[in-house]
Amino acid sequence: MKKADIPLIINGRRIDGRLPEEIREVKMSVGEILNADGSARVSFGKTEAIVAVYGPRALFPKFLQESDVGLVRVTYSMSPFSVDERKNPAPDRRSIEISKVTKEALSAAIFIEDFPKAVVDIYENIVQADGSTRVTAINAASIALASAGIPMKDLVAACSVGKVGDILIVDLNGKEDNYSEADMAIAMMPSKGLITLLQMDGRLTKEEILQLLKKAEEVCKKIYELQRKTLLEKFKVEED
Amino acid sequence: MEEFVKEYLNQGKRIDGRGFKDYRQIEIKHSIVSKAEGSAFVNLGGTKVIAGVKLDIGEPFPDSPNEGILIVNAEFTPLSSPEIEPGPPGEEAIELARIVDRVIRESEAIELEKLFIENGKVWIVYIDLAVFDIRGNLTDASVLAAVKALLHTQIPKIENEKIVRGEFVSKLPVVYKPVSVTIGKYNGNLFVDLNKEEEEIINAKLVVGVRDDDKICTIQKQGIGTFSLKDVENVLDLAIEKSKELRRLL
Repeated sequence: MKKADIPLIINGRRIDGRLPEEIREVKMSVGEILNADGSARVSFGKTEAIVAVYGPRALFPKFLQESDVGLVRVTYSMSPFSVDERKNPAPDRRSIEISKVTKEALSAAIFIEDFPKAVVDIYENIVQADGSTRVTAINAASIALASAGIPMKDLVAACSVGKVGDILIVDLNGKEDNYSEADMAIAMMPSKGLITLLQMDGRLTKEEILQLLKKAEEVCKKIYELQRKTLLEKFKVEED
Repeated sequence: MEEFVKEYLNQGKRIDGRGFKDYRQIEIKHSIVSKAEGSAFVNLGGTKVIAGVKLDIGEPFPDSPNEGILIVNAEFTPLSSPEIEPGPPGEEAIELARIVDRVIRESEAIELEKLFIENGKVWIVYIDLAVFDIRGNLTDASVLAAVKALLHTQIPKIENEKIVRGEFVSKLPVVYKPVSVTIGKYNGNLFVDLNKEEEEIINAKLVVGVRDDDKICTIQKQGIGTFSLKDVENVLDLAIEKSKELRRLL
């Protein structure tokens, strides 16, 4: 296991000064990308994602069309300048995997049967990465989908949780992401209590996982409220 | 076929007559490719996969200069299923390789720090998975093949800074036998080892990597279905229980 050059927790405080169960400052906005049917920008501390939604729109080539349900496609990408060492902009294996699990996590909440033969394209871009990028992008994608008017069962809220030393933490930053004993990404439909994305790496007991899931559920509920607030504010202003 | 499988699952039965918690028959052979430093073949109820391990000398990663490197790759060749077309690995093959990688890496099964050769030189452990017949539950079959191959991998001799293929100095330091247990949820019931027909119906799966000490080293949800927190708890219990059975085969 890789070891961090500095301890990740000193006197109960994390390297960015947070308590174990404290999330970073969250900012959310929708509607910035004028060309898109829906869009959102979400940041957790230094991690920032911009997401655009296009569709439902016609799907070509035609053999990709499904007669009874619509298709959801997700492309997750990181800007070359988003990380310390420039990232090659071509899709790597990590991005392809994240795109796949994100597609599944969001599809779970979308009434795909409402747009047969069509496609909803979701493009996620990480502008700056400091840990928890996939969940930040999911939080943005969820409100971008809602603002595009895509019929959904619930918003999807997501967060990361993990373990540093013996301490369970929420909303991992980049250092914690790299050097934690374990990390877990979760997306859920908070009003239904249903998990739509779950990925874990590291070494955890079953009990630790269950504790982390409970913490994650609390955080997702907080994020859900912020997502709702962001959408309500946006569409209230436009009505006036 | 779909309706038929659903009807069975709804009645709490499986089309091949198994119980919910039963794996299909598993055949495991090792050292089947003499050119490779380690290899294994797994046939899990018709799903067939070969894992081959090759060792090379390479440069370590800058953030872990004293550790060997693990690289896992999976190829689905068109001979394995009518749905696979030739070309670079698709998202399913990439996901499979990354899950197998994480089960092995996160369990710390290989003592990578023992693969240091000299400054700037370490062993690179390549695990390549060749998939020959996709009949359901490829993930668990692939992890079994990869770990079995690692357990029988030998480190070659180095002479004049070159690898002498076919002559070995020691065994690869493997200290755990992690396995994956993939569990599907349908109508509130949990099923292990989904066959091909069940995989087409069941859209909520959790892959759980379990180490010898019952620690969970990987979880990956697959499909557009959902799990409650209680479901996850039940899945973890079942995964730990079944992991012991799989590990005995290694």
